[in-house]
Amino acid sequence: MPTNLVVTDIKQVTIRFSGDSGDGMQLSGTLFSTLSAIFGNEIATFPDFPAEIRAPQGSLHGVSGFQVRIGAKDVYNSGDKTDVLVAMNPAALKVNAMHLKKGSIVLYDTDSFQKKDLDKAQFTTQDPFTELNLNHVQPIGVSITSMTKSSLEGSGLENKEMLRSKNMFALGIVCWLFNRPLEIADKLLEQKFSKKPKLVEANIKALTDGYNYGNNIHLTASTYRIDPMESSKGFYTDVNGNTATAYGLIAAAEKAGVQLFLGSYPITPATDILQELVKRKDFGVKALQMEDEIAGITSSLGASFAGCLAATSTSGPGLALKSEALGLAVMTELPLVVIDVQRSGPSTGMPTKSEQTDLNQALYGRNGESPLVVIAAASPTDCFESAFEASKIALEHMTPVILLTDGYIANGSSAWKIPVMSDYPDIKPPYVQNHFNGDAGEWKPFLRDEKTLVRYWGIPGTAGYMHRIGGLEKDQLTGVISSNPENHQQMVNIRKQKIQNIARFIPEQEVMGDKDADTLIVGWGGTYGHLLEASLRIRAKGKKIAFTHFRYISPLPKNSYNLLKNFKRIIVAEQNNGQFADYLSSEFPDLKNIHKFNRVEGQPFKVSELIEEFTGIMEGK
Amino acid sequence: MEASEIKYQKHLAKDYKSENPVRWCPGCGDYAILTCLHKALAELNIEPHDTAVISGIGCSSRLPYYMNTYGFHSIHGRAAAIATGVKVANPRLSVWVATGDGDSLAIGGNHFIHTIRRNVDINILLFNNKIYGLTKGQYSPTSSRGFVSKSSPYGTVEEPFRPAELCFGARGTFFARAIDVDMKNQVEVMVEAARHRGTSVVEVLQNCVIFNDGIHNKISDRTWKADNTLTLKHGEKMLYGKESDKGIVLDGWNLKGVTIGEDGYTLDDVLVHDATIKDNTLQLKLALMETSEGLPVALGVIRNVDEPSYEKDYEKQIEEEQKRTPRKSFTEFLLSSSNVWEVK
Repeated sequence: MPTNLVVTDIKQVTIRFSGDSGDGMQLSGTLFSTLSAIFGNEIATFPDFPAEIRAPQGSLHGVSGFQVRIGAKDVYNSGDKTDVLVAMNPAALKVNAMHLKKGSIVLYDTDSFQKKDLDKAQFTTQDPFTELNLNHVQPIGVSITSMTKSSLEGSGLENKEMLRSKNMFALGIVCWLFNRPLEIADKLLEQKFSKKPKLVEANIKALTDGYNYGNNIHLTASTYRIDPMESSKGFYTDVNGNTATAYGLIAAAEKAGVQLFLGSYPITPATDILQELVKRKDFGVKALQMEDEIAGITSSLGASFAGCLAATSTSGPGLALKSEALGLAVMTELPLVVIDVQRSGPSTGMPTKSEQTDLNQALYGRNGESPLVVIAAASPTDCFESAFEASKIALEHMTPVILLTDGYIANGSSAWKIPVMSDYPDIKPPYVQNHFNGDAGEWKPFLRDEKTLVRYWGIPGTAGYMHRIGGLEKDQLTGVISSNPENHQQMVNIRKQKIQNIARFIPEQEVMGDKDADTLIVGWGGTYGHLLEASLRIRAKGKKIAFTHFRYISPLPKNSYNLLKNFKRIIVAEQNNGQFADYLSSEFPDLKNIHKFNRVEGQPFKVSELIEEFTGIMEGK
Repeated sequence: MEASEIKYQKHLAKDYKSENPVRWCPGCGDYAILTCLHKALAELNIEPHDTAVISGIGCSSRLPYYMNTYGFHSIHGRAAAIATGVKVANPRLSVWVATGDGDSLAIGGNHFIHTIRRNVDINILLFNNKIYGLTKGQYSPTSSRGFVSKSSPYGTVEEPFRPAELCFGARGTFFARAIDVDMKNQVEVMVEAARHRGTSVVEVLQNCVIFNDGIHNKISDRTWKADNTLTLKHGEKMLYGKESDKGIVLDGWNLKGVTIGEDGYTLDDVLVHDATIKDNTLQLKLALMETSEGLPVALGVIRNVDEPSYEKDYEKQIEEEQKRTPRKSFTEFLLSSSNVWEVK
């Protein structure tokens, strides 16, 4: 057992828990992240799991991982490579071998590294480390399975149940490595299994014994001490992107004084939004699991017609099914928030893997001239801000808004300072009765606010404002169906201008870093953390570089062109084949200096690769 | 308060009529349905502004434009799902769906059955003319096997849906049938449909004067109507015929049409209609009666069963949860959740 390990970088550490999809790695990872956040670290997590619920045991495609990066500060993403890998079986080692840093620690379960296990993971020799050329890592073999069993002997649990606590024994060792106080973990376990006291007891026992084992054999002592960060004062919790999205909708409904409605259909990786909102009956949220994606959006559109803040949550294939109804929302000019938690495509693609490949679908995926608002969230906690903002725009501008998040930020979590809602702006829907004061004489269903071109919201149940809306083209004032050619042209123009006008109500785009640099890195959505770190590290090397990250995509902030044209070189980095770069080129044909950096692997960017590529482009390579 | 309980103002049928010129073909059965809906709403005394009429696509779905209520002419097949959103969002509204056999039984079949299964308190007026009218004459899911149309020049080789079967199969709590030309019965079933708590399906046998003229003649034409139809009334004997001398009796497991006084049948043998019995076996048999089998087509309210409605139960859950947990602001909610820590 090596005890002479030296770890030099203790500001930040990336740990990956990896094993079979039934090994409980997601739970170990989540507990470790949460307790680290409570301990005072910054965290960024990356659950990386297969689409199969229980793939064949020990197989390569059944490997489930949970990566977490913790640090005193400046944790912008979940990290490229791991400092510590917990490998519950040979398949986990093999799948993650390429992500291991030099000198990293591999904690593995010797009981599950036997010949039959090695065979399942398609190893040809009995020495997996050599076979994978992992001579640079520091393996720590622990007989986790058998020690968990002896730890829980006499607990009254069945053999199978005892083995389920393997993940807690492993977590105990990791807690010891990083000096995590076990009391927090105990508390979290008590909450998690509050209805099964026997499991609480067993899990805490395995955790404690794992911790003590690490202690007894002096496993790397205190080299892995990560101090609490110095955050701004206030109350914190940890949150993942999907929960934050659900919270953003609740907060917006509260601000606007309307009821929140969600019509949805389960789809990976968006289902958690539905599952969070169905719990929130305490807030009067009406969240419905409908019969399909189309019913998800159309029930929401009905609820919007009836006066709710209405939303629907989905992922790419579901957004495709919702296209026609989105067009109806554009045509009827009703508020609607559509959340697309992007995943790898096309078609079913890789459901649990993250991408940014739905931008074109969001911008253009409807019949007819069908403009709407598209915004994108940058991080797990930014999902809250973005969902709030999407709701505000939808309600105040009477338009569907597509909010793009992605699997990476939706499942990833970080510490979140609990927002104080009085700091947030009001949301004021254009209720028809507020503008016409009960006197409907002047009012027509498509009469608009002159400045914003927003029509007024007349809600069923309100006396005096009965009207009919629908998917047919309407007269621009009365709303009576019309196929008059000039009227249609004008309505097409009005619907476009209405969306463009929103640029006056959103913040200007900002540049981070060196404003006088030649090169500007451009990003949008869930790649924020990686791009920010890459640009900071390039600057730390003494090179000038600027970075801008877009939340508002349609319409773009009104200073976008002036901002972009100031740079000699623009590098648009995104996890697709250049959809945002092409969009910028079509919006601003003058910009001739756009470089594309694209990766479509279903995996987060790697900061090291970004630095290398960006530096290469900057140096004209 | 229930919309149907509002009593302070009496409305006339014309109050529900919008200014829009009606654009159906002259002679179309839809005119009668529209008039009946105006009359039914007046009888129910529902405020026009508390009424929402939702439709999909097709001739039938133009109906909301002709209503002086809130209206939503949506996209093909989706009216039931939109109406679900409207009703759940605001259970006080009287929500109606105007739809056709193509709209609800083909492209919107999924929403149709699931809405019925959930028992959302909406009223679905299913215009059944057994043809696609707006696209000019293709067969529909209710067209009989062998039906020749523009999209089946050699006749169809598929069986039709019978709406009642779908409704019952989806565990529907209310099913009624009417003929477009029989306005009295139509208004009555619409009123019953509105009063029923849960999803009400009213199948209106409607004539398409251009593409399927006379499809329901056997039962709608005055010459045969009395003998070929039976208007069911809850608690009353199943009598029909010009002289009300015919009745439905049970013959083993099957229904049989008999003449009272003939073959030894007396009035006592005639079945009494029970629309409220939960077991739908007999109601389904009644709903599927066909003239080709020597039985009259059943009209009126065939099934009317009281079961909890979706939106009411949903509201109940909210009320109970809000009673159980003290009302919090969003920030208070976050502060009281688990895993909160303070940085001082």
